[in-house]
Amino acid sequence: MSRLVTTRGTVTIDVERCKGCELCIPACPPGVLSMSTARNDRGELYPLLSPGCTGCGACYYVCPDLCFAIYQYNKPQEIEVPA
Amino acid sequence: MTLIDTDRPPTVPAKEWRARKPSLLLEGDHDLCSGCGEPIALRSLLEVIEELGWADRAMAAVGIGCYTALTPLLDVDMVQALHGRAPSVATGLKRMRPDRLVFTLQGDGDMVNEGLQEVLHSAARGEAITCVLLNNGVFGETGGHMTATTVLGQRTKNTLEGRDAKYHGHPISMTDLLPPLGGVSYVARGTVTTARDVERTRRYLRRALEAQIAGDGFSFVEILTMCPTGWFIPVTEGPGYLNDTIAPVFRTGEFKADGKIVETQK
Repeated sequence: MSRLVTTRGTVTIDVERCKGCELCIPACPPGVLSMSTARNDRGELYPLLSPGCTGCGACYYVCPDLCFAIYQYNKPQEIEVPA
Repeated sequence: MTLIDTDRPPTVPAKEWRARKPSLLLEGDHDLCSGCGEPIALRSLLEVIEELGWADRAMAAVGIGCYTALTPLLDVDMVQALHGRAPSVATGLKRMRPDRLVFTLQGDGDMVNEGLQEVLHSAARGEAITCVLLNNGVFGETGGHMTATTVLGQRTKNTLEGRDAKYHGHPISMTDLLPPLGGVSYVARGTVTTARDVERTRRYLRRALEAQIAGDGFSFVEILTMCPTGWFIPVTEGPGYLNDTIAPVFRTGEFKADGKIVETQK
């Protein structure tokens, strides 16, 4: 079984720049960011993106390390995820 | 768990709504602590300067504080001032180059402790400069000691039981001192804790710089920033601590706009 998640935008994350402050996780309105279990070269955890991003830019606004760039899809994408 | 590739731009048609950084910020890492609010405030300022079309005509005088570590990354002509003296240096820059957009970047220790008279006199003279105060309530660079803007009850390295008015005096609010001065055109205070607050702070910065461009006189924006290292709290609690402890004392909003005092803040 799987379901479709409407995704209106996406982000690019410069994970090597991340200092693992986790401010983006509660800032994300759809709650599609989660912290990794792997670490970057600094030895920090960094955010990962699940389907459902709206491209609102909240993560971009609150990130002190300027890791995020925000993209809004011209047409919303339906991404298949396991139910 | 299904994950999206965030290492490269999307392959389907999309527009880049926000670039990772403004072009006035050069490539390279900054050395500020995890969870610091100052890079957010600085990026907002640079974005506004670019949006206004003054990117190649901006000059700055910078005080001494953590944010000084960011200045090698800025593609802006810059003068490093003595501690607290940035408004006077900016006065000289603006008088010699009135065609330039001149702003200062100072912390609360720099502006309110070390050089309070500099900013007050520059404001009263109505110098056409924009002063930006990054207020985190501690001397962050030297390890989190109390400043003149530390709120009552706030725990810092030398007020371990919380700031007590009886021993340490009361905090100074720049937005109480500046609006009554005749030369001042614009005064506002914002924060960088949420996306909405950052957007609001960008609006204040834009109006302050527009006041300078219009030649209306002195403009001032204070930005409350997080300093989890200096506040001795976990990084994730920084925005909540700021909103619960500092923002109720230092209200946000516009205090003077178009040369007229604004009575009600949010």
